[in-house]
Amino acid sequence: MEARWQAAFFDYATSSFSEVLRRSAPHLLPPPSTWTGQDPQGPPPVPHGTTVLAVRYRDGVVMAGDRQASEGYQVAHRRIEKIFKADDLSAVGIAGAAGPAMEMARLFQTELEHYEKVEGENLSLEGKANRLGQMIRVNLPMAMQGLVVVPVFAGFDEKAGVGRLFKYDVTGGRYEETDYFAQGSGGKDARDSLKKRFKRDLGKDEAVRVTVEALLDAADEDLGTGGPDLMRGIFPTVKTITRSGISDLPDDDVRRHCEAILNDRGRL
Amino acid sequence: MPLPYYVSPEQMMKDKAEYARKGISRGKAIVTIEYRDGILLVAENPSTLLHKISEIYDRIAFAGVGKYNEFENLRVAGVRHADVKGYSYSRGDVSAKALANAYSQGLGNIFTQDIKPFEVEVLVVEVGDPNGSKNEIYHILYDGTIEDEKNFAAMGGQADEIRRYLKENFQEGLDLAGALQLGVRALMVTQNKTLTERDLEVAVLDRNKERRRFRRIPSEVLHQLLEPGT
Repeated sequence: MEARWQAAFFDYATSSFSEVLRRSAPHLLPPPSTWTGQDPQGPPPVPHGTTVLAVRYRDGVVMAGDRQASEGYQVAHRRIEKIFKADDLSAVGIAGAAGPAMEMARLFQTELEHYEKVEGENLSLEGKANRLGQMIRVNLPMAMQGLVVVPVFAGFDEKAGVGRLFKYDVTGGRYEETDYFAQGSGGKDARDSLKKRFKRDLGKDEAVRVTVEALLDAADEDLGTGGPDLMRGIFPTVKTITRSGISDLPDDDVRRHCEAILNDRGRL
Repeated sequence: MPLPYYVSPEQMMKDKAEYARKGISRGKAIVTIEYRDGILLVAENPSTLLHKISEIYDRIAFAGVGKYNEFENLRVAGVRHADVKGYSYSRGDVSAKALANAYSQGLGNIFTQDIKPFEVEVLVVEVGDPNGSKNEIYHILYDGTIEDEKNFAAMGGQADEIRRYLKENFQEGLDLAGALQLGVRALMVTQNKTLTERDLEVAVLDRNKERRRFRRIPSEVLHQLLEPGT
């Protein structure tokens, strides 16, 4: 029989915000598994995020995503944000069913901040990546019904002094990539582009250019991925994560890169 | 079976209060002072690892005196309260007032129902926005008594004398160095030794910061701020 004083030793799970929610507000978590088989009508029509990617460079990682959410062959949203700051040194790029994915990103942000406040220090990058994997695994029943969430996670590893990036599968499996990765409906096209253009230890400007170029290629080939919209002034989200934190690349810089690439390809 | 001794409720409460006050007055003091850019919290605390002042949420900080394990429990409960509330509604809906009320309820229940009361006092402070909304300072005692304070507050050992000193010397619109020096002088009123950056734990809620406004002041910076003339 476990003595009462021992409880404090097994209470480490309460540095976890999801654990707090599970105990005190379970209605805020995804519903428990009730999956009994494939729904014959297929998944309900919901907006899907499309292409997000992460590229490693000299000072850390660049993360980027297009701004379109698609629902079947329709544009559901033109200005959606897919790269979420998780904490000062990491970010999540969401791909898949937009609703559950954004909720997962929000829960993940709170999870990291909660841990930091309760424990008084940050989780390691490895710890953050594992935690996100566990959250994806919890979503598996919903994924089996068609609401798949497969983020890309990247951040700066303070201990190792380098940027690192992780991809996930639908079961929460976590795989580290060394150079770059792209996820979502245009992910393969973006990866094909990066395969040719990526080099080790790129500077910031070149890394951003390679990243934006990969997104343009994905938008070229994939229906679901939105290209830069010069008319409406909508450009991809680009964030850099380095030792000194996360910063957004201003729209004007992204526009400059987009125009330069299109110019080089003789289409502007 | 022998009958339990009868103790009148008045006597029981008096004994508990005396017990709690004794425990608290043994501890070192904490002061909080409003300054130009927000709220400053200064604790006499030689440990750099065991904190008495901590972040609760974007605009809210916590400070506790007394028994460490007891106020640490309260602190973690506060972080949970704030994070659950912010997650289920929005970050702007998390308020110091609700949190201070929760602490007041909790401490009040413990005081009346448990054999041993908590030997703690806590401060919950919330910084206003740059557009001029007011700061809030709540002081909650071991028995659940809650007070809202203006300009400054003090708690812990010999808090009365510290409060008196602050009342005489507080001015509005101090800068960070001025407020810090005032706070440290107030903490020194009751003792002969000089406090240096090594004896202090200092944090601010800076209204000009984005989102999370809590910031600890590292000892190198403290050293500079404590130099006379800054």
